[in-house]
Amino acid sequence: MQILDIKDISLEYRDKIILENVNFSVCAGEFFMVIGPNGAGKTSLLKVLAGLQKASRGTLTVKGKNIESYSRRNLAKIMAIVPQQVEVGFPFTVAETVVMGRTPHLGMLGMEDEEDFALARQAMEFTDVVHLAERKLFQLSGGELQRVIIARAICQQPEIILLDEPTTALDPAHQLKIMDLMERFCREQGTTVVMVSHDLNLASMYGDRLLLLKEGREVRTGTPGDVLTRDLLEKTYGCRMQVDESPLGRVARVTPVPDKYLSPDEENL
Amino acid sequence: MTRSAPFFYHFSRIIERPGKIAGMKRKKIPAVSAGNKNSQKTMSIGVKITVTTLLLGVVLACSAILAISAGSSGTHFMETLAILVGNGDPDSVSSTIIWQIRLPRVILAAFVGGTLALGGLVFQALLRNPLAEPYILGISGGSAIGAILAMLLGLSYFPGVALFSFGGSLLVLAFVTTLAGATLGNTMLSRDSLLLGGVMMNAFCAAVIMFLISMTRSFQVQHILYWLMGDLAALQKGQLSILFLVLPCFAVIFIMARPMNLLLLGRETAAAMGINVKNTILVLLVVTSLMVSIIVSLSGLVGFVGLVIPHIFRMVFGPDHRLLVPSCLLGGASYLIVCDLLARVIPSSGELPVGIITALIGAPLFIILLIRHRN
Repeated sequence: MQILDIKDISLEYRDKIILENVNFSVCAGEFFMVIGPNGAGKTSLLKVLAGLQKASRGTLTVKGKNIESYSRRNLAKIMAIVPQQVEVGFPFTVAETVVMGRTPHLGMLGMEDEEDFALARQAMEFTDVVHLAERKLFQLSGGELQRVIIARAICQQPEIILLDEPTTALDPAHQLKIMDLMERFCREQGTTVVMVSHDLNLASMYGDRLLLLKEGREVRTGTPGDVLTRDLLEKTYGCRMQVDESPLGRVARVTPVPDKYLSPDEENL
Repeated sequence: MTRSAPFFYHFSRIIERPGKIAGMKRKKIPAVSAGNKNSQKTMSIGVKITVTTLLLGVVLACSAILAISAGSSGTHFMETLAILVGNGDPDSVSSTIIWQIRLPRVILAAFVGGTLALGGLVFQALLRNPLAEPYILGISGGSAIGAILAMLLGLSYFPGVALFSFGGSLLVLAFVTTLAGATLGNTMLSRDSLLLGGVMMNAFCAAVIMFLISMTRSFQVQHILYWLMGDLAALQKGQLSILFLVLPCFAVIFIMARPMNLLLLGRETAAAMGINVKNTILVLLVVTSLMVSIIVSLSGLVGFVGLVIPHIFRMVFGPDHRLLVPSCLLGGASYLIVCDLLARVIPSSGELPVGIITALIGAPLFIILLIRHRN
């Protein structure tokens, strides 16, 4: 079943083309990853998917209905987004921040009950931030903050989670923890995950399908094996890449190759 | 299209993989550990709001009784209480003073203080800037221009002055928000351009007010100048009922308390969590300007309440607006009642405009708060 269907989406901002005729669809329960060089339009694409940015052209269908027909509240019940940057200027505690994820599910006065707090606590346990519950947001490290924001998205109980480079600020252990967690949600809850990432190896190990973007255009969509090929990556990123089989097993491993490691006959790309 | 087969099945040692994937029903997040519910030390938000409201309600009642019992004609505390509960002589002079002069004045002070504190709180949340206030945005200035124009035209207070006042504040609001929208290139309100536009509008309004006053050669000038400085004595009896128009505004703002919390985290984050950001901002702006313009048209320009009171309560309670809205309302009311009491009792004869007292207390206090905040 297609939960997200993107047809001919284009996005222009002040005569600058950010996305051009992007077409793809995401199935319910799929782990879908968006990769591509800086400025490829990955974050813009995610904002369009979340309804935060209106596309200049094209249609976006969420669960069979045009995204325009949803109210913000109903959309928030379906979709949560983990943005790249978050505002931490106001002294909310971690617990207060996480429970804010309950917003679309609350009544008019917006008062949380026991169940909401229990869900928030579970979400904090999932991302390993319970011990930080009473800390203020601005006292956290980048990685801790990222895990708090992911907990807030989980607390929202969405069917689709959109994440914008969630692992960039994390150490390897927490990277794997977040990726495993997202995978668990995917497999056990049937949650759809759409993740923007720069980490091609994480994409290779976790993504069911990848979308490779360059300059707002779709280069290829497919399984990691289809997309993570040396030719395609070198053309897209403009640097030498080595792609081989990971020692872990049948996963592709991508290694960007610095010039100094090139043999003399390879130097002219 | 069918789900493509993930090609890392060998990972099943590491990741628990359930057999079924397709067609699984969504269920709640499974409980990870039981028995954590009781470990919540913090009071629930409802209890917190109730306790705070009760406490500040008591403070408000005490300051009101104190303000009613003190004055130039010198009534005593117990006598005042007796008169208020109906045990005093209804025809005595002090009874008349209390019912006809002091009580309406205290009620006005309470409304003015509560409204301005709340107005400051709302604008600070919307602009994510602790220095924002109806004055800074020019909303008060616009409504003052409207009110002065109506006074010079010789219109009655209601509906003339009140409507002109609201019209003036809305014009400024429309101008400032359009300016902010135009400079940003889309309809979302940017924080800085809104603030800058407001500062410019405020300066412009001040110039227009001075122009209007300098062009006037009537006995009204003295009255208008006094009113501009913030004057609670000018209230006529019939105007008191107009005050109750601000009550629904309070209710709307309380309902919007949680969306305001989310707006602090940024507009996109708020939108992603189900808040209709544009409508929320619009409703808050209009409702706040409505209540501020009603207050300005009645009491003139009373400054610093909207700056000081929210700041103090934010330091005590943190940034949750569900607590801040009721506490600013009650705290602002008590604060202005006390300020007005000082304005009445400090001069040996006559009285000061309350705006002078609030500025004299507010400005230094705010500087102290700023320095402490920085340390």
